[in-house]
Amino acid sequence: MASPSPDSAGAPSPGAPARPPLPGGRFAANGSVVGQLVKIGLLSLFTALGVWAALPLYVAGNWWGIGLVVAVVALVYYVYLSKRTVPAKYLVPGVVFLLAFQILPVLYTMSTSVTNLSDGHRGDKDRAIAAIEAFSVTRDPDSPEYVLTVATTGAPDTGELVFLLTDAEGNAYAGTEEGLSDLSGADVDAAGKVTEAFGYTLLSPAEVNARSDELQEFAVPTGDGAGIRSSGLSSAFEGSAVRVYDEACDCITDSETGEVYTADNDRGAFYNEDGQRIAQGWQVGVGLDNFARFLLNPTFAGSFFGILLWNVVFAVAVTGLVFVVGLAIALTLHVPRMRGKVLYRILVVLPYAMSSLAMYLLWRDMFNTDFGLFNRMLGLQVDWLGDVWTARAAVVLANVWLGYPYMFLVATGALQAIPRELGQAAQIDGAGPWQAFRHVTLPLLMVAMTPILIATFAFNFNNFNAVWLITKGGPFSPDNPTAGGTDLLITYTYRLAFNEATAQYGYAAALSVMIFLIVSAISIVSLSRSKALKEVDR
Amino acid sequence: MRSRSASAVAGIAAIALMATACSSDDSDGGGEGTAEGTLVIWSDPERADAIQGAAAEFAEANGIEVDVQGLAFDDIQGDLLNAHQAGNAPDVFIGAHDWTGNLVRNGAVSPVELTGDQAGGVDETAVEALSFDGQLFGVPYSQENIFLLRNTELAPDAPETFEELVEVGTELKEAGDTSEVLAMAVGQEGEPFRMNALFTSAGGYLFGQDDTGTWDPSDLGVGSDESIAAMEKIAEYGEEGEGVLRRSIDTENDANLFYEEEAPFFIAGPWNLGDANEAGIDFEISPIPGFEGEQAASPYIGYHAFFVTEGSDNSALAQEFVTNYVTSTDFILSLYEADPRTPVQTEALETVSADDPNIAAIAEAGADGMPMPSIPEMGETWEPLGQAQAQAISGGDVREAMEAAHNTIAEQIGE
Repeated sequence: MASPSPDSAGAPSPGAPARPPLPGGRFAANGSVVGQLVKIGLLSLFTALGVWAALPLYVAGNWWGIGLVVAVVALVYYVYLSKRTVPAKYLVPGVVFLLAFQILPVLYTMSTSVTNLSDGHRGDKDRAIAAIEAFSVTRDPDSPEYVLTVATTGAPDTGELVFLLTDAEGNAYAGTEEGLSDLSGADVDAAGKVTEAFGYTLLSPAEVNARSDELQEFAVPTGDGAGIRSSGLSSAFEGSAVRVYDEACDCITDSETGEVYTADNDRGAFYNEDGQRIAQGWQVGVGLDNFARFLLNPTFAGSFFGILLWNVVFAVAVTGLVFVVGLAIALTLHVPRMRGKVLYRILVVLPYAMSSLAMYLLWRDMFNTDFGLFNRMLGLQVDWLGDVWTARAAVVLANVWLGYPYMFLVATGALQAIPRELGQAAQIDGAGPWQAFRHVTLPLLMVAMTPILIATFAFNFNNFNAVWLITKGGPFSPDNPTAGGTDLLITYTYRLAFNEATAQYGYAAALSVMIFLIVSAISIVSLSRSKALKEVDR
Repeated sequence: MRSRSASAVAGIAAIALMATACSSDDSDGGGEGTAEGTLVIWSDPERADAIQGAAAEFAEANGIEVDVQGLAFDDIQGDLLNAHQAGNAPDVFIGAHDWTGNLVRNGAVSPVELTGDQAGGVDETAVEALSFDGQLFGVPYSQENIFLLRNTELAPDAPETFEELVEVGTELKEAGDTSEVLAMAVGQEGEPFRMNALFTSAGGYLFGQDDTGTWDPSDLGVGSDESIAAMEKIAEYGEEGEGVLRRSIDTENDANLFYEEEAPFFIAGPWNLGDANEAGIDFEISPIPGFEGEQAASPYIGYHAFFVTEGSDNSALAQEFVTNYVTSTDFILSLYEADPRTPVQTEALETVSADDPNIAAIAEAGADGMPMPSIPEMGETWEPLGQAQAQAISGGDVREAMEAAHNTIAEQIGE
């Protein structure tokens, strides 16, 4: 925006010597014809994308969403059609993607973390009430079964619904919202379906289906709150809703047991006097309860901080070990006299070239007590994955094996960029090989390696596969089956969120927010430290 | 000025192009989701084609289209709950009966009502298994249970008791014919699903049941004296005892031990039969034997069923499909042809058993079985119970492990 004379960006003015084109190149306004065409093509693609996104939003009546889509499309048009926004042309795609795929998920996770979203608390209150009432419709024992034909008194798509019913004896009835009456003069086929009835229009399956929503609500009253309801297209039964919601007391009364369940809008469920709840609940905001739970509740706090500590140890250990191993091999293969270097390098890089998923599973099997490679080869009887510390060692070992080739590659590249003369000069000055390495090679190496180490640390901090595929977070102690010996925060979160039992999204989201904050903090601190490092080097 | 008009031209051209892109998009008419008149069914990919084919008749009779979408079976429950919450769930889906409690708790399925005739044609326990609070929520169509697979060359006779099995297996092992007595997956985290057969035989129980067979989550039996005694008996065969049951045998290697004739017995499921046939060994299916003088071993029975999603746009057709078509013998048989699973429909089961002795043998092995409890509380038991059982097998303190698991489960359920 602050660039001088943006109006002439990329446009050579006649007479004056042609200036080198400014950023924007052929995509800048007044570029070549091809550039214009490409621009038109991309913009129309983008607009089509916008319309494609807006249509379902329109169907769902989500006006905020449509507004957002329109705003983004308008912004893109403005940026790419205006000549004054050259820097924005470069920044907009990245920023839009950053917002869409990084910031929005983080915000969504944060908003979920202050709710009780979990199994039994997914929808809103109206939905829960509807489900409770609908699920309580029980069929009265010994009540007759009817063969159903759905008809109307008017047009197929708008007329009032009528149930034409035939019972086992072959008597035919017409059921409306007012009640049941005899139906005479109707043709009934062998299966009991009415094929023609005077004054009624019979509906085809597709026509009935089109009115599914009405049909769900429709019941022919038969007294005492009971009603005849449809089940599919061709049968009906008599039943009554046992549980009924009363808005006045915000409670649900069970007419069978006489229990009254009162809504608890803080917990999002109906509870009776004994504290028993109805299974169907709804989503409510719980403030910072989820955070408080694992920071303050002794059991959960114990798990959380224990896992956090091991998580840091794991990431540091793996990062440190892959660095040391990778660098050591790189230094060994850097010796000029070494023969067959290429072959060695290929061998060393092999683990990196294989699918890490398959490798993790292979490592898991190698640690098997009875059939695993380690115990068989070494003649041991170590219960590798059954004991906390051996399992931790196993996970670290497998990760070092998978991770060191990368470090080796980077270190090799960095070493080759360091002139050998520096080391020779140090030796002439009387430095031993260790001193030369420690004071000359290593500092130069670290300039290139520090960002890589930070990235490796951040990656391993959340290395889900490494733990999940080898130990599933185990071994567990029976008194705490949610937090295992090798659990990282991310595997712990996953188990909570996608548990076989009860998915606890709210709580898992709170944990994710914590992980986000921790990793952000670590990254910011280490990046600023690496900046400091660079300045020292200068 | 010239450049300004160029921009305008570019913008107009872009909009025009977009318009053509959209109009061609519309002509496809291919929208996702549950358009009215199209019954969307979720199934696992293995069965998708079979259902598509079997439902063709239904589609034609009712003048609608049926669209079967394939998802991994284990993902269906979670995806369905999320899709239902977002309002784009299918009309009908295939699921396991033990999901019922959780589906009901989330209000994601709608009740179905079978007529007396329809219900009468289906195995009674299967209908009960799909019921929750006295209400039926899905129509069962197939069942599966684990059984004992035996290498008839090594062990010609089916063992009557678990003791006999261990005796025969140990003799073979000592003679050097095999290296294992029994291939039964335990794994580091335990396998309560498989263990249940022995657990119930020795007198253990998870949840109490009332007279009508309804599970009572308030009567948790994991830490009861009966259950502890049962696990102690099983632990006698564990790593510190006979060494028959070991954590090093898991679901990854159990089948191979049997196929490579390293173990004469294998606690297997219907999903192993394909590989067993390919392995080229002579095998026979028999019930999992219980302990001598104790109760019969009860393997868990899992039912697969068709559910109707709550709030489906096509609820009338969906209800019609699951009540009238899924209960019909023809439909079940055409599904069976594409994907052989033991049907729960009495007539279909008879037809199929006459054809395939394995199906009959599996059904017999499940005769003493019990449906997996479908209450939502059941989900909370797997991990703690598995870990306690693994601990018991490893030779740890059984009482301590089971009581700790009991407390954990009770705490989770109480929330």
